[in-house]
Amino acid sequence: MDSSTVPRKAFDVRRLPFFGGLAISCFIFLYLPIILLVMYSFNAGSTIAIWEGFSWRWYSAAWANEQVQRAAWLSLIIATSSALLATACAVPAALATTRGGGFKGFSVVFALINQPLMVPEIVTAVALLVFFSSIKVATGYTGIGYLVLAHTAFCIPFAYMPIRARLQSMDPSLEQAAADLYARPWRSFKTITLPQLWPGILAGAMLAFVISLDDVVITEFVKTAGQETLPTYMLGQLRRVVTPEINAISTVLLGISIVMVVIFHFLSKTRQ
Amino acid sequence: MIEIQQLTKIYGAGASSFKALDDVSVTINSNEFFTLLGPSGCGKTTLLRAIAGFVDPTAGSILLNGKDLLSSPPYTRPVNTVFQNYALFPHMSVKQNIAFGLEMLDKPKSEVEQTTQQMMALVRMTEMADRQVSEISGGQQQRVALARALAPKPQVLLLDEPLSALDFKLRKEMQIELKRLQQDTGITFVFVTHDQEEALTMSDRIAVMNAGHILQIGSPREIYNQPAERFVADFIGESNFVSADIVEQRDDGVQVRFSNQQTTLAQSTASSPKSGKVTVAIRPEHARLSNSDEQPLLSGELKQVVYFGTDTHYQIILEDGSDFVLRRQNSPGQSIDMATGEKLGLMFEPGVAQILAD
Amino acid sequence: MSDIGLLREKEASKRRWMLLSPSLLVLVLFASGPLLIVLVYSFLQSGDYGGVVWNFSTQAWFNVVAEKDFFDETIKFSDAHLSIFWRSVRLSLLTTLAAIAVGFPTAYFIATRPKAQRDYWMLLIIIPFWTNLLIRTFAVMEIIRNEGVINSVLLGIGLIDTPIQMLYTEFAIMLGMVYVYLPLMVLPLYASMERLDFSLVEAAYDLYATRWRVLRKVILPLVKPGLVAGAILVFVPSLGAYVTPRVLGGGKQLMLGNLIELQFGQGRNWPLGAALSITLLVIVMTALMIYVRNAEKDGGQHG
Repeated sequence: MDSSTVPRKAFDVRRLPFFGGLAISCFIFLYLPIILLVMYSFNAGSTIAIWEGFSWRWYSAAWANEQVQRAAWLSLIIATSSALLATACAVPAALATTRGGGFKGFSVVFALINQPLMVPEIVTAVALLVFFSSIKVATGYTGIGYLVLAHTAFCIPFAYMPIRARLQSMDPSLEQAAADLYARPWRSFKTITLPQLWPGILAGAMLAFVISLDDVVITEFVKTAGQETLPTYMLGQLRRVVTPEINAISTVLLGISIVMVVIFHFLSKTRQ
Repeated sequence: MIEIQQLTKIYGAGASSFKALDDVSVTINSNEFFTLLGPSGCGKTTLLRAIAGFVDPTAGSILLNGKDLLSSPPYTRPVNTVFQNYALFPHMSVKQNIAFGLEMLDKPKSEVEQTTQQMMALVRMTEMADRQVSEISGGQQQRVALARALAPKPQVLLLDEPLSALDFKLRKEMQIELKRLQQDTGITFVFVTHDQEEALTMSDRIAVMNAGHILQIGSPREIYNQPAERFVADFIGESNFVSADIVEQRDDGVQVRFSNQQTTLAQSTASSPKSGKVTVAIRPEHARLSNSDEQPLLSGELKQVVYFGTDTHYQIILEDGSDFVLRRQNSPGQSIDMATGEKLGLMFEPGVAQILAD
Repeated sequence: MSDIGLLREKEASKRRWMLLSPSLLVLVLFASGPLLIVLVYSFLQSGDYGGVVWNFSTQAWFNVVAEKDFFDETIKFSDAHLSIFWRSVRLSLLTTLAAIAVGFPTAYFIATRPKAQRDYWMLLIIIPFWTNLLIRTFAVMEIIRNEGVINSVLLGIGLIDTPIQMLYTEFAIMLGMVYVYLPLMVLPLYASMERLDFSLVEAAYDLYATRWRVLRKVILPLVKPGLVAGAILVFVPSLGAYVTPRVLGGGKQLMLGNLIELQFGQGRNWPLGAALSITLLVIVMTALMIYVRNAEKDGGQHG
């Protein structure tokens, strides 16, 4: 038998024709628009798509723009408060629903907590618009309270999920051991549960922050005239003149999101 | 002293309900090494966890030295548990784990320190004091779990199959160590296992359980030599089961007759039948081959000989068709050439056969 | 049940509801509760300058699908509304199909990478998913608009003389929605595929199946739960999409979300907006319930 023939490639059970090519195209499809958007934020020229050299001008323009400053500030305040409030609600909720098995009403509670994930945003936005407008008429209050409360509500499931996942991956016999060793429930939580839970809590808070920062639809409907967050500001700008300033703001937001997502990803890695 | 009275635990309801414990009553003495022995699902772990406080019984009571245990939550009961998977706190060091119970009891710092040092010395983990629990071996983790549960000086120590994850040699070592610990500390140990050999070597008394019931309670010797029921005879060691008829009750036992009309003196228990057809259990090592000048108690023909190194098993078919295994310790220079199908006879001492309550 | 057991259970229950109360309060007040208000509003009369007049009326519901001719009072189906419904359903279905076409090979590709790599590939999918919807829509817009990248390149090469109108078409909306919701298809599909036992695939090959047959008869049925989940996860938000059709459709190609918004803006017909919202909600809930039914039937196959 002639042994100088080229060794035949082993039959790869997993390989399906064209799938590799399609997959790579998919990744290109996903990232190309974003990469181009980021690239043109550094465009010295003022039209999008005609490259006129590298420049930071749009970043400084955005930085100096008072409207952008106010919108960024508002986005930050709302995102921070909502994330904190949502996490504060989500931690006890996760504790109540993850330990001790199912209870009567569990599925209803679970559906309620995850409602923002199931109901289309526009429906919630409309509902809040309608609800808040009557309150506005009744109380005359037009501050950012509405936005914070609305954001907190839809951030709760996003804070809840990572915390619950972390709790589920924790060995339940640890809490039993603590009780066996005379730890009362609150102390057991403080010394045993919390130290292991905090990466999940942090991940939940970060996720809630990003979700709030990125929200467009609900914010657009709930905001009072004069209130703008970064996303609603950009939405407004898209109707008028589109300059690379939008690209610059987008790139910054993208940067924040990416950093947060990557940190979140590593925080969520459950310990084996 | 732990008094468990008519303890019942039912999971679920209606058609899909499951009785994990069925009207179980037992008294465990102070300073005793008491073992709950049985196959998986027999209820032994449920009973243990009921004492610890992680299972709420459906009915019944548990008294510890006369005080009702069930009305207290687990974190107030003076009972500590060594968990099957150790449940060591992963974010704490060895020392911190062991000190945990004492700290939860708000003991003064000096006492915590002193006791922790004592405990670490007791289980020989003093050099590992500051190691994280993920860095130590399985056997070491087991010792830390033990020390942690002993540190608060509980009245009862519960052990839930603590040796099941250890390799054979380590297991044997730990069995001796646990027995020693119990004797040194004087704390009542309630030990759960499915390994009957383990139970026999370590216990003062054993409760054999199956399907939510306690079948028999006694010392290892009692359980082994006088099994009350077929399940106990079968679960502990090996047994042969032979049919017989009761002839008469005597002061020193019960006379029974086999199908070949031979009679022997058998032992009975309070719950065994007093007349009629019964099953007797005979341990394989309690029988021997009959000599040519003896009238054998049982006869049959040889099916197979299996050589085990330390002993030889003779698998025999009796005259009435049932199987019998005879076990005989090998001695040097002796060889028995027996052929399959050869006829042979069996002898055993009076009092060896056990009448089973069936 | 013993008295102690009952008492213990009551205490645990009380504690549980106390822990849940802040979340439930926030969610009922600011998420679920307002939905009921919307339902109520859909049965009220429209106010002249927006808002509502508190009289009972089914006018809004009528107007969801029909309209009364102003002059001769004949009742006919509202062409405008119906075409918007049809467009929404059509585009959502197409988006879902496109997402499957692109997402299936991608999920499969990732699931067949060496174990250590898979996490990083998935991170690449997850990152776009968590970035701002508006930004991603904008990025698509940048590429397909008349002064955008594609047209500039084509014009530059000389392949075309005038820019191809891609923006403000249904194609643009669909492209945008596929772009935005694609990760939602990949994630559950990947979860299903990762659990795939490839020894089953090997067995199929051993029994003379071709690659195509293996795909159809072995792989597809086994990853069906992930596929259904992905389809629902893409279809539902597409149906209620607002930002993407607004930016890429330019107000000419309306979807249901835009139609709803219109009623609270220029249209000044809050009850109609409310009725349309409830309609959307009902369609979405139905799709979700079908999914849950489906998932329960498969039961133990998929975690």
